Amino acid sequence: MIGFIFKRFIQSFIVMFLVALLAFTMFNFLGDPVNQMVGIDTTAADREALRDRLGLNDPLLVQFGRFVSNAVQFEFGQSYQHKRAVSGLILDRLPATLELSMIAAIFTLVVGVPMGVYTGLHRDSLLSKIFMTISLVGVSLPTFLIGILLIFVFSVQLQWLPSFGRGEVIDFGFWSTGLLTATGWKAIIMPAVTLGLFQMTLIMRLVRSEMLEVLRSDYIKFARARGLASRAINFGHALKNTLVPVITIAGLQLGSLIAFAIITETVFQWPGMGLLFLQAIQVVDIPIMAAYLMLIAFFFVMINMIVDLLYYVVDPRLRVDATS
Amino acid sequence: MTLLKIDDLKVEFPGRHDTFVAVENIQLELEPGQIYGLVGESGAGKSTIGNAVIDLLEPPGRVAAGHIALDGTAIENLPYEKMRSIRGRRIGMIFQDPLTSLNPLYTVEYQLVETIQTHLKLSEVEAAARAIELLDQVGIPEPEVRVKHYPHQFSGGMRQRVVIALALCGEPELIIADEPTTALDVSIQAQILDLIRSLCKQRQVGMVIITHDMGVIADITDNVAVMYHGKIVEKGPTAKILSTPEHPYTKSLISAVPRADLRLNRFPMVDYIEGPEPTRSSFDVSTHWLGKARDFSASDGGALVRVESLSIKFVTQRSILPSRNKLFTAVDNVSFEIRDGETFGLVGESGSGKSTIARSIAGLYRPASGSIHFAGGNLTAIKDEKQLRPYRQQMQMIFQDPFSSLNSRMRVLDIVAEPIRFHKLASSRAEVVEIVEDLLEHVGLGRAAAKRFPHEFSGGQRQRISIARALATRPRFLICDEPTSALDVSIQAQILNLLKDLQDELGLTMLFISHDLPVIRQMCDRVAVMRHGKICEIAETEQLFEEPGHEYTRHLLDLMPKLENLSREGLDVADEDAARQSQ
Amino acid sequence: MSISTTARAVDLLQRAANSDLYYSFRSSKMVMVAALVSFIMIVGAAFSPILAPHNTLDLASISLIDSLTPPVWMEDGDSRFLLGTDDQGRDMLSAIMHGARVSLFVGFASVIFAMVLGVSLGLISGYAGGFLDSFIMRAAEIQLSFPAILIALLIDGIFRGALDPKTHDELAVYVMILAIGLSFWVQYARTVRSSTLVEKSKEYVEAARVTGLPPFLIVFRHILPNVTGPLLVIATINLALAIITEATLSFLGVGVPPTEPSLGTLIRVGNDFLFSGEWWITIFPGIALAVLVLAVNLLGDWLRDALNPKLR
Repeated sequence: MIGFIFKRFIQSFIVMFLVALLAFTMFNFLGDPVNQMVGIDTTAADREALRDRLGLNDPLLVQFGRFVSNAVQFEFGQSYQHKRAVSGLILDRLPATLELSMIAAIFTLVVGVPMGVYTGLHRDSLLSKIFMTISLVGVSLPTFLIGILLIFVFSVQLQWLPSFGRGEVIDFGFWSTGLLTATGWKAIIMPAVTLGLFQMTLIMRLVRSEMLEVLRSDYIKFARARGLASRAINFGHALKNTLVPVITIAGLQLGSLIAFAIITETVFQWPGMGLLFLQAIQVVDIPIMAAYLMLIAFFFVMINMIVDLLYYVVDPRLRVDATS
Repeated sequence: MTLLKIDDLKVEFPGRHDTFVAVENIQLELEPGQIYGLVGESGAGKSTIGNAVIDLLEPPGRVAAGHIALDGTAIENLPYEKMRSIRGRRIGMIFQDPLTSLNPLYTVEYQLVETIQTHLKLSEVEAAARAIELLDQVGIPEPEVRVKHYPHQFSGGMRQRVVIALALCGEPELIIADEPTTALDVSIQAQILDLIRSLCKQRQVGMVIITHDMGVIADITDNVAVMYHGKIVEKGPTAKILSTPEHPYTKSLISAVPRADLRLNRFPMVDYIEGPEPTRSSFDVSTHWLGKARDFSASDGGALVRVESLSIKFVTQRSILPSRNKLFTAVDNVSFEIRDGETFGLVGESGSGKSTIARSIAGLYRPASGSIHFAGGNLTAIKDEKQLRPYRQQMQMIFQDPFSSLNSRMRVLDIVAEPIRFHKLASSRAEVVEIVEDLLEHVGLGRAAAKRFPHEFSGGQRQRISIARALATRPRFLICDEPTSALDVSIQAQILNLLKDLQDELGLTMLFISHDLPVIRQMCDRVAVMRHGKICEIAETEQLFEEPGHEYTRHLLDLMPKLENLSREGLDVADEDAARQSQ
Repeated sequence: MSISTTARAVDLLQRAANSDLYYSFRSSKMVMVAALVSFIMIVGAAFSPILAPHNTLDLASISLIDSLTPPVWMEDGDSRFLLGTDDQGRDMLSAIMHGARVSLFVGFASVIFAMVLGVSLGLISGYAGGFLDSFIMRAAEIQLSFPAILIALLIDGIFRGALDPKTHDELAVYVMILAIGLSFWVQYARTVRSSTLVEKSKEYVEAARVTGLPPFLIVFRHILPNVTGPLLVIATINLALAIITEATLSFLGVGVPPTEPSLGTLIRVGNDFLFSGEWWITIFPGIALAVLVLAVNLLGDWLRDALNPKLR
């Protein structure tokens, strides 16, 4: 068990290291940071002085070391565009993105898993066919199009829900939340559904196909031959075996919600870090890109670790040695 | 009262073009405490009957006609919940593969208690005690400890015992066992059969045992029904059917079972099943292409193959440092030689290392130490692939699984031609085609087979294609790795006959690997018995069977199904002559 | 054509007509409709320079007088513009046809690119094993933990930084293909690797090795034809995903530039008019995109079920 966690830890470390290397490379080889920070009329000597001050003339290894140690403290320097510390910019935007992702994730699981189980068990029923059709539409409609259609119907035509922003936000200093006000909830409904719909259909289809796969297995046939009740077979035996692969994929999918938020935030002008990142790409604001990348990688690594531990809890084949 | 009565049963599977009738006109009667065998080759419909009785036919299969009565009450086409209360409670079932029959995520205790409580009104504590009792009855040592374990912590044989315990949870009157020992090794097989027999007699449970194995039938059944193409062709008391079969199918099925007690020259009378044995023309090496450029002289002291202190290891757990890899020794310091022109047998249970040796001679595995000499050259010393080619050309292999040993995306022509083209044994395209078609004719497939794809052939025919491919390099040494263990017994007899004929005509040397002692007796001149990667004993075949020297050999011989009471009356006079000659 | 080849072709056609695939195709009306829709859209897009009623890329032929004309069935509709015009006076139908052409080109090209890359790496990884295998698969794993859209965004961002804006706009379509292709190779590589591992241990490969065939011949002649089965299914589903990804990137403003608009670009441009009542500028390209992706997805779904009898 400890060996397993240790191994995962090392792997996560390597992933973070590689992402840091990528971010550092972007910093160094894409555009000249000095050009971004000074005006056109700055003299060559001034530029050189700035280069020296920023440490851009140090050996690459030293620069990389400094980059990593700064990154660990979540320090990525000044944004070229906003002329503000990147860490502050991102921390301001983080709560909006995390809240949106959490609500979307809950929506995804609470709706997707039961639908998947239902369609797996009653594959030929009318409701299953309706679910499957909905899911196909959900997979086929790009996220941004769903957002636009929702806005068109609920904001432009019906004028029920706001088309942009977070509504009224309560600020705690370190965290700002829209979940304590009615306008905040009204504002989050459409973005969360938009963000979650694609993942929900994926989860539903995954649960369904895993369920079908498990229901065909020998041990399910043997359970039937022993006369166990359908409930015990479907929910005790089949569903639990379905969980093993579902946990992995669901974990990854939920992680990608944070990244997919880029699109949703653009459509709904949601003031999260995805929007910040997108604007940074358009003007090649490298510090923000690098910081966002590192942060997302960190979230993914954490989610992956949690998923692996869950896996471990569910599957005794990993937990208990074969001794016979 | 009769425990199980099947009357005029018909099961069909409606398809998109037509309806497939799986079994028809089935009549069976089983008394409590009796074991009824259903025997037949694959596709004969024996499992369908078992599934129909317990109402677990794969959709869209259905009982189209007839009756199934348990203790006098009809149980066919019952509503789902009614049937469910019978399953496990009155009819238990045991499946073939113990590795996949148990839910891997639950402990054995959970699965047992769940099943017990479904059928018997017992409290949690009583059910748990009952679970331990059941494990004890099926012969699992330390049941109090083992009951807490997960399925993957049990070996194959032990898992099958757990499966049997699960089938016994509801104290059923009838148990259906579908190939309960096929996935197990011979020695484990014998133990499980003993267990099944004693449970039946003690508890007065009736049992239907479904198998393709005449040995199992002879071993434990009271009555037997022989199935062929969905129909019962003959049934009656086992002893009577085996000693005086009446139907020609039963006769040919019995005569195709390799004998352990006597060596025959050829398998007689195996014609009934796939039509007559295909006609093939024999080779004349002096004029045939296969005889060309044949230099079989270079051998070292009569030995074509010499294996010296061969060891082969596999990495089971990779570590960062190669020196800390965990290794499994599959073959441990083995030496033997194969004489020019003989058939050398390797016999042993699964995991004994016999296939590993064959594959390392063929160059598929690299030995950890030791050497392999072939036709005067030390193969282990040659590192350059190009220098190995002349040796590879003289050595070919026939594999176990006829369905995976042929590339399904290539035509038979290209499959057989590939070695000819690669070793540049023919000068023109037309010549290649001519050689391939000729080879196909010689293995009994006919020239037209070249244009077709492997999936158009049956298992036995595919094995013939494999043999043609092996012959295409003009080899002098043929490695046969369980060449018939995936085939039905009647097809096995035909393939073994073909191999014998080819060896006689072409003067081939063979390494023949099998887990089946009777097959070894029919095929081999000398035999090595293997266990845990080591050779226990090497002896002349007849001597090995008559006076085994090693204790393990005696153990294996004891485990062989006793088929002395099988009828050999069907043997033709000519075959008896042949038998006499070979002794 | 000689008689025997004709006979063989007829035989092949007959077998195709009798095959399970054709049967399952014929037995689902939905799939037939999807196939028809995909076909019409692909043809309409591919031949848009000939088929489109207007040439929207030719600035001389468009007139601001025609701008913001609603679809033909609404008041103020103009019979020349079936689906109305945008703010520049471009015919929406023609713009959609041209846009679909760009979208489909990027989609097909990136799928082919991803497939070639993924299949090669998967074969190498599966057959060679060892260090190469762990390296490729680790890379795949790391990439897989990030969504494709993020990878594509990042690659696009890197190119933006490396190229000056003008060159970037000119090369935008190819950058897009590269970015999407690079974000999709993993699935092919993993699928091909796992089937290669299965095939590698099969006896026909051992037979080829016993004959002495060198590894590259074994991989290309024996293994490759046996691992292509699932690729068609993945490619079809990926085509839909690639089209979506391109549209999304273009919608986000980091994809194809407005000078050569794809469906995503059209939706982005039209989005600004949603609130002022000119809904057709964004909704029609949106519907075109959704219908195209839905049709391709339906085909992919059907192929997967039809080619994998175990799932039925």
